[in-house]
Amino acid sequence: MAEETRLIEQLIDRYEGDVGMLIPMMQDIQAEHGYLPASDLRSLSKRLEVPLSRIYAVATFYTSFRLAPKGAHDVTLCMGTVCYLKGSPDILEAICREFQVEPGGTTTDRLFSFQAVNCVGACAVAPVMLVDGKYYESVTPASALEILNGLYPDEDASEKEDEA
Amino acid sequence: MTKLCGKRLNNHEELELVREDLLKHRNSGTKSVCVCVGPGCAAKGANRLYELFCEAVRQSDSKVKVEAKSVGCHGLCECGPIILIQPGDIFYQRVEEPDVAEIFRETVLSDRIVERLLHEDPSTGEKARSPDEIPFYKAQNRIALAYNGLIDPANIEDYIAAGGYTALPKALTTMTSEEIIAEVELAGLRGRGGGGFPTARKWRSCRESDGSPKYVICNGDEGDPGAFMDRAIMEGNPHSVIEGMVIGAYAIGSSQGYIYVRNEYPLSVERLKEAIEQARQWGFLGEDILGSSFSFNIRINRGGGAFVCGESTALMASLEGRTGEPRAKYVHTVESGFRGKPTNLNNVETWTNIPPIINRGGEWFAGIGTEKSKGTKVFSLVGNVVNTGLVEVPMGITLRRIIDEIGGGVRDGKRFKAVQTGGPSGGCIPSEHLDARVDFDELTKLGSMMGSGGMIVMDEGTCMVRVARYFTEFLQKESCGKCTPCREGLAQMLHILNRITRGEGDVGDIEELGVLAELLEGTALCALGKTAANPVLSTIRYFRDEYDAHILDRHCPAKECRGLFRYEIDAEACKACGICLKNCPEDAITGEKEVPHVINQEKCTLCGICWEKCPFTAVLKV
Ligand SMILES: Cc1cc2nc3c(=O)[nH]c(=O)nc-3n(C[C@H](O)[C@H](O)[C@H](O)COP(=O)(O)O)c2cc1C
Repeated sequence: MAEETRLIEQLIDRYEGDVGMLIPMMQDIQAEHGYLPASDLRSLSKRLEVPLSRIYAVATFYTSFRLAPKGAHDVTLCMGTVCYLKGSPDILEAICREFQVEPGGTTTDRLFSFQAVNCVGACAVAPVMLVDGKYYESVTPASALEILNGLYPDEDASEKEDEA
Repeated sequence: MTKLCGKRLNNHEELELVREDLLKHRNSGTKSVCVCVGPGCAAKGANRLYELFCEAVRQSDSKVKVEAKSVGCHGLCECGPIILIQPGDIFYQRVEEPDVAEIFRETVLSDRIVERLLHEDPSTGEKARSPDEIPFYKAQNRIALAYNGLIDPANIEDYIAAGGYTALPKALTTMTSEEIIAEVELAGLRGRGGGGFPTARKWRSCRESDGSPKYVICNGDEGDPGAFMDRAIMEGNPHSVIEGMVIGAYAIGSSQGYIYVRNEYPLSVERLKEAIEQARQWGFLGEDILGSSFSFNIRINRGGGAFVCGESTALMASLEGRTGEPRAKYVHTVESGFRGKPTNLNNVETWTNIPPIINRGGEWFAGIGTEKSKGTKVFSLVGNVVNTGLVEVPMGITLRRIIDEIGGGVRDGKRFKAVQTGGPSGGCIPSEHLDARVDFDELTKLGSMMGSGGMIVMDEGTCMVRVARYFTEFLQKESCGKCTPCREGLAQMLHILNRITRGEGDVGDIEELGVLAELLEGTALCALGKTAANPVLSTIRYFRDEYDAHILDRHCPAKECRGLFRYEIDAEACKACGICLKNCPEDAITGEKEVPHVINQEKCTLCGICWEKCPFTAVLKV
């Protein structure tokens, strides 16, 4: 509880309590926790004297906010025009099928949170997928699955490290 | 280096002293290795190349002074990673990690060219040493992108040495607000964010509006999918945007600015933040800029991933911490915008054009382009074209020259079908109009739009109904839902297009789409809804036969819509390897060794796995 309040106090300081800076404050909360914890939103609402309903309206209007904890990795698939024309719908389908995940959701084992976004602005090398901010170019359904399967901690490698 | 470097500059003279010093230092024989880390090159591993060059510089014991720089998008993304060596403008493409040592040893230290890494013209086989010899760059005219790929965006000294921050002191010390606006007016600059509104007129209205404070905003939301012009500028030359904004703010009489950056562009935010910090340190931002009595600050806000927030009133609502819903514009934002105060919003590229206009004069700028569209425009040339990348061309150039001469034509020897401009509010232009000149009014006449600068080339394998469906789905998802025509109209249009692409279309669907389109155009609240039908209307206008084939023949001529074409095995190409047979999840393929395989059409579910797996491209779509 104390932790939480401290973060909110810091945010109020950082943005001089300016209600207009609500979105940056919420972005900072998300940067801290990876999502927007309900308790933080309640404290923010109290401190800023902004109705909680308005905060939730903002949280649900903008697709970049999430209300549930995220997975260990961030996976973003670009669905921009060029990526779309070059096959991103097939990649999307393959990922959803293989990992039983929906865009905006997180795999049940919390391996990764999955987002399908409008455009990441790397159209020249479409289709593009990002894993934890790293760009992968000219992705195919098969290469996407290979990359994502590679996110599982490599047991052999860690064993070797243990031995060394 | 003078003591002034990095200190707050108090006047124009101090700035010139610093510039002289920087130039002296730069011309003293230092070699630069510029590594492009734009989005295309970065995806191909350019950041690692940059590290390797830095390492090579550190370890070098040669007398030659070398610096490695990471620079913004150079343009020819197709051939990335790109490395440029100065002096000499030596252009290397498709550089890989093992090439670094050779480039360093041969070119940097010994002035020898590594032939293998030069660009080769596919038609003539001629090798180019520098960008000006490459057809892709020859037809371009770079004003907004002048320093992109040449300067280190994280280092203000690079921008100053290249001639940056010369327009600002000129404006502050020798021009009145009205003179600045008059110069922009003479230039004929129109907004690069899509609407093409005359910039000077907007500035003047804002300047003359009652109310204070006044705000100046830079629209860096770049929501159009298939576009990365603004990103390239923000990440490649952030100071040019800042300089443009300070000049604009001075002309308008504003002391607070905002840059609203798309959430998907974290690097843009970082670059702009660094640049703002440096500009403040040097006295180009903050209190009493360059010793004048003019003060101006800039704050950065990140978007939340909503396309509609690129629209001016929605953007301002978002800046106020609210949901990004547009409002009707019977009161203009120049009178009552952000926080109810006079607000001037311009696009990133618009701002970037200001310093060169002030430096070289409105007349010079107006000498480029067509009667009503002046200057140049940056496009992201992407899709099924040979040279994908970022290009800046004079207004009035034909689409054909952009696609054939700069873009190198359609990829893989396929036939051109259409070029899509204007993003989701734009349209698809067919080959019979390729000689149209690119300017605001011409493109609108063709049922498309200039838009912010996405230019997507589509070949014969692209289904135009599916393209229309894509944009409609995009807009339906992004509609904020405030007004009924947009919320419900787009949902209905999408529903019809879904049916058509599934082969369930009815006679009369196209007319129905027309009715909905008219309704949207006439009654939607903001430009998102008003222009939302353009992709559908333009594809119906030019590709009606494809719609008819889907509806009447249940056939997709481009063979993209699943279910509206069949797979067959070409008996002559089939090597009877058995791969398709083993992979078919429905056991729909029969065949034996040395006997061409056959697909049983009754069992086939059209999943396409055989088509993907066949190593001899013997599986055909018919
Ligand atoms: C739905 C919608 C999205 C828009 N998105 C952008 C955008 O991403 N970037 C941009 O600069 N302008 C965008 N615009 C245009 C802006 O509303 C505005 O006209 C522009 O930023 C003004 O700057 P300019 O005069 O320099 O072009 C959009 C407009 C609409 C209706």
